[in-house]
Amino acid sequence: MSNLNIMIVGVGGQGTLLASRILGDVALSSGLDVKVSEVHGMAQRGGSVVTYVKMGEKVYSPVIEKNEADIILCFEKLEALRWIDHAKKDATIVINNQRIDPMPVIIGKAKYPEDIINKIKADYNNVVDVPALDLAKKCGNTKSVNVVMIGVMAQHSQIKKDVWVKAIEKTVKPQFLEVNLKAFEAGFNYVAGK
Amino acid sequence: MKKLLLGNEAIARGVYEAGATVAAAYPGTPSTEITENIAKYDEIYSEWAPNEKVALEVAIGASIGGARAACAMKHVGLNVAADPLFTASYTGVNGGLVIFVADDPGMHSSQNEQDTRILARGAKVPVLEPSDSSECKEFTKAAFKISEEFDTPVIVRLTTRVSHSQGMVEFAERENYQLKPYEKNVSKYVMMPGMAKRRHPVVEERTLKLAEFAETSHLNRIEWGDKKVGIITSGITYEYAKEVFGNASYLKLGMVHPLSQKLIKDFAKEVETLYVIEELDPVIEEYCLQLGLKVIGKSKLPLVGEYSANLLREKLLGEKVEKTNEITEEAPVRPPVLCPGCPHRATFYVLKKLKLNVSGDIGCYTLGALAPLESVDTTICMGASVGVAHGMEKARGKDMARKTVAVIGDSTFIHSGITGLIDIVYNKGTSTVIILDNSITGMTGHQQNPTTGFTIKGEPTRQVDLLKLCQAVGIDRVRVCDPFDLVGFEKVVKEEIAADEPSVIIAQRPCALLKHVKYGPVLTINQDKCTKCRMCMRLGCPAIVDRGDHIEINATQCVGCDLCPKVCKFNAIEKAGGQNE
Repeated sequence: MSNLNIMIVGVGGQGTLLASRILGDVALSSGLDVKVSEVHGMAQRGGSVVTYVKMGEKVYSPVIEKNEADIILCFEKLEALRWIDHAKKDATIVINNQRIDPMPVIIGKAKYPEDIINKIKADYNNVVDVPALDLAKKCGNTKSVNVVMIGVMAQHSQIKKDVWVKAIEKTVKPQFLEVNLKAFEAGFNYVAGK
Repeated sequence: MKKLLLGNEAIARGVYEAGATVAAAYPGTPSTEITENIAKYDEIYSEWAPNEKVALEVAIGASIGGARAACAMKHVGLNVAADPLFTASYTGVNGGLVIFVADDPGMHSSQNEQDTRILARGAKVPVLEPSDSSECKEFTKAAFKISEEFDTPVIVRLTTRVSHSQGMVEFAERENYQLKPYEKNVSKYVMMPGMAKRRHPVVEERTLKLAEFAETSHLNRIEWGDKKVGIITSGITYEYAKEVFGNASYLKLGMVHPLSQKLIKDFAKEVETLYVIEELDPVIEEYCLQLGLKVIGKSKLPLVGEYSANLLREKLLGEKVEKTNEITEEAPVRPPVLCPGCPHRATFYVLKKLKLNVSGDIGCYTLGALAPLESVDTTICMGASVGVAHGMEKARGKDMARKTVAVIGDSTFIHSGITGLIDIVYNKGTSTVIILDNSITGMTGHQQNPTTGFTIKGEPTRQVDLLKLCQAVGIDRVRVCDPFDLVGFEKVVKEEIAADEPSVIIAQRPCALLKHVKYGPVLTINQDKCTKCRMCMRLGCPAIVDRGDHIEINATQCVGCDLCPKVCKFNAIEKAGGQNE
């Protein structure tokens, strides 16, 4: 059996680390070998961040490279574009349609690419386009974008819903549990195009 | 019980299971979580020391006092701690002493990518290098044993990928380690020439014994497979090699200094083509070359940056992994930025406005070098801003000091800025030093330090008074000022750089990410009032976005810090309501 490779890409501050912790916990309950590779430190300050989650009978390198990802959770559109080469042709690519301008765009030295999601859809068949920020807002906290994304991913996974819920309960702080469970449901029940 | 732990968390667990009772460190990516996690164990006394040198000295003291002691730092931290390290190598230990040093190949969060093995070899201390979280814990426990058995400090070398990857770790019970008796032993612990001369041969002999140990230690293992290809490797590159070379033969070194001649020769003898795969410097490779072995290593692999499985495929096998999509558009880079609400933004805005030369330092505020703030002229190492400003003045005269400031964070100032300041006073400099006091160690993720009033365990403690400290070393002009008061701050900076004597400005405003900092509500730009003069864009705030035909504030990014209204001459920036925590 080959490994299952999942990437989470986004912008520092979007809560990708928490998402990877939840995913790691779910992976652990599968009984398989698991490795999760994260980014800390300077790059986290509003920079491009990527987390790799790999599971399988035996995982060596914690890093997912070009054409190796089965699933990519993209917390931001530009980051989806940046990491798309890592996706397998049949990968599931979940993209939060949020736009966060990087500093070169903010100061006018670069242009934010247009129509990113459609460009990716033209090359990949399994692209899920999610208004995760709107969904998170409806749940009462824009910070719960990460758990909305986890919800969407859970919907597309073979893993039972209660495993995901348990992982969230274990990972998030008690005072934020309610809003995060709501966010998970919002993602889990999200139907593209609606 | 099995858990998914970061390499750094696994190290902490290993320190706990080994029965250690003292840990000291200075934070630094990618090593910080080691000590943060050690501090969670009530059984272990833990501290953030002012710098790595002090941290190691504390750990040495604890070891001499009979405890198993741990010390953690990033690679460049070991430069700071090199002085005690090189001599602790001579004294040896009483309780086990293990130093965790995390290298940063690829410089994810560092100013250089030096290889700790070089310094360790110079200090003549053994180095273990784990490949994953499970080994992080096991090697930690082994390191304490080696330390005691061979009477030496031991370094456990990590790299970013190992420190910051989670893997499965099996938990064990904590060893009931009893403090070793403390006995005064001048010939072992007082390193003056007479005694040190007797200790140095002991060190050399120890290295030979350790090399002998390396021959049979379980830390080094051979995995026989296809003998056409043999690979000598260690740490994370073992994992990459396994991905690429599958069923080849491996000599996986867990102990990377000293190396065992016999082990390597015996392995080399059996294989047709021998690769040495190691990130950064060719430490293992040069040893193999000394032994007269024919190896493929740095002739094909880079001396710089992080490796990956694909890099090995490309450089060693000539297999390039091609992209499989038609997307040609490049994504613009997304460099790290000062957060919305960051107090440093205001400081750099003023310094840029005044067109000052700025000698910078290590911390979040190093980002003040990037556009659009582009204030910082130099960044060398922890504490260097102060000495560099002084040196510029001495090179170019007092006029230079009239247009130069040093900027340094509160924690960095305590780490090694204070000695530079003493130098300025003592040697009649007239520089201006701005201490960016944001009440926390920011970049590494909010660690307490001597100026915050709390210990690593969150206990209240005596707080270093920066004002009094600067006065005490002889600075008569110390000003405390809020950089968000842009007008007042600018005035203070102008006055202090003009002064013909040294001065310190303590720019005080807490990090916007601290829990107790409550800003808000979120701001918005009234498009009817906005003249698109783009003054607000000069702040380089990630929440303020230029859409070409208009400027807007991204409501999900804005924290409502109220800095941008202060630079808007048309009062176009207004409160929108709503709040981001």
